[in-house]
Amino acid sequence: MTLLAVERIKLLTTRSPWWCALITLVVTSGFTALVVGTANEEFPVTVATTQFSYSFGLAVVMVLAALAVTTEYRFGTIRTTFQAVPNRGSALLAKTGVIAALALVIGEISAFACWGLANLLQPTADLALNSAADWINVAGVGVIYALAAVVAVAVGVLVRHSAGAISLLLIYNLAIEQLVQLIPNAGPKIYEWLPFNVAHKFITGDGAANAGRPGEAGVPLSTSPLSPGWALAYFAAFAAVMLAIAITTAKKRDA
Amino acid sequence: MIEAKGLTKRYGKTLAVDDLSFNVTPGKVTGFLGPNGAGKSTTMRMVLGLDNPTGGQVSIGGKRYNELHHPLRTVGALLDAKWVHPNRSARAHLSWMAKSNKIPMRRVDEALDVVGLTSVANKRAGGFSLGMSQRLGIASALLGDPEVLLFDEPVNGLDPEGILWIRRFMQRLAEEGRTVFVSSHLLSEMALTATELVVIGRGKLISQGSTDDFVAKATDSTVKVRSPQLDKLRPALSSASAVVTDAEDGLIVSGLDSAKIGEIAMQQSVVLHELSPQRGSLEEAFMQITGDSVQYHADIEAEARKALESSH
Repeated sequence: MTLLAVERIKLLTTRSPWWCALITLVVTSGFTALVVGTANEEFPVTVATTQFSYSFGLAVVMVLAALAVTTEYRFGTIRTTFQAVPNRGSALLAKTGVIAALALVIGEISAFACWGLANLLQPTADLALNSAADWINVAGVGVIYALAAVVAVAVGVLVRHSAGAISLLLIYNLAIEQLVQLIPNAGPKIYEWLPFNVAHKFITGDGAANAGRPGEAGVPLSTSPLSPGWALAYFAAFAAVMLAIAITTAKKRDA
Repeated sequence: MIEAKGLTKRYGKTLAVDDLSFNVTPGKVTGFLGPNGAGKSTTMRMVLGLDNPTGGQVSIGGKRYNELHHPLRTVGALLDAKWVHPNRSARAHLSWMAKSNKIPMRRVDEALDVVGLTSVANKRAGGFSLGMSQRLGIASALLGDPEVLLFDEPVNGLDPEGILWIRRFMQRLAEEGRTVFVSSHLLSEMALTATELVVIGRGKLISQGSTDDFVAKATDSTVKVRSPQLDKLRPALSSASAVVTDAEDGLIVSGLDSAKIGEIAMQQSVVLHELSPQRGSLEEAFMQITGDSVQYHADIEAEARKALESSH
């Protein structure tokens, strides 16, 4: 508990988390306003379309999480941290926990803000959250943000440089996963099991939150064969493995 | 009490610290002296458990750093004053440190007061001058009221007033019975601050002992002799196994003290115009002792020569 309080003080006494939280909110609600505002018969407003923008917020949250670690390396405060708490495993776990919690809060706020904004812009659309798929589509965003933050923390610990960690995370998340599909034959098969594609499966499910319309009419669906529940477990396991590798490395390495 | 035994650190092919053993005892300021790149900071990081030794070990009061419970209450350290997030305030920086080791929050204000940073406690640390950063670093070292204090080059870049303040401060901490271990590459600074010295060069221990002994040993004393009868005096001194070198207007004698030279002159009925002991500067002496341990020395000279040649 003490360590969580320590990491909370550290995270919230710098500016970048506040900026990143604000940017997440602006970016996601901005895109939602754009998508919802331009909706028509062919692309109607659904619960799923209100969350169309979650992946942009995801990128910003991962930047926040990576920065929270890499700035510690950049400014040497990671050494002060390990000096105060020689058990590096607990120190890094506490840090990850606090960042993940903040990512969860940012995710929930931005997801419900987007949903609320859509309700305001299109009062006649059916945006009621009346199924599990609807709820997951909105409330699940925070959970995915939290797990993605864990992945970003792990990459931050491993890479230790802000620019390196952030470009690696963003290029992977925004480009590499999609590009894998271009590999002949095996590409789409591999893509089915790539973590952010699987995470997307948890959010969108089989399109139930998109009023039963196919992916072409709204948010593209994930190609993952897993059920939403298993997709979440898979992404969580991926985050846990990344974190375990990062902590093991940090323990062995000179600070 | 800090105890290092056979401490060794290897980075790839370079041996940064080589089989280093020393003790630092409470109640005095112990200087950790060596030229830049001698392995002082690496050693200090190993004391704090930040770097893992390749061989050997170092303990604080018989325990390894990683075994200490709430280590900030036992060991306070200032390794680099810049190890602060620039957007975090001085108070916030000390607050998280205090929290991590269950140190009461009033200690934060006390520590800020001791180093005179109370008025800027809520300002962002990134805007601090070097002197203020050093003071914040000292405040964080003092936060847990520790028995053992480590300072790595604390006076680097400070103005004379700041240097004097830190020097007195460290001496006061030692008077309170604490173990104070402070590194520097300047012997003159250490001669004023420390009563004990651990001297290293190229990662190896050169000597450990009192500062006075080291200075006496270091400043190879010579005696200047002027006399109208040097021709008579010179062989007499040489036969007394002194090393005699000619200076502009007399002789420089080493290996004999002035009393002995006076006696020899008396026996030879030589008139003396001057008989004065010469003390070399501390820095010269330090260079002499660590001479073959200074890593960059030759490189710098070669570079300077190259620079001179190219300017012609």
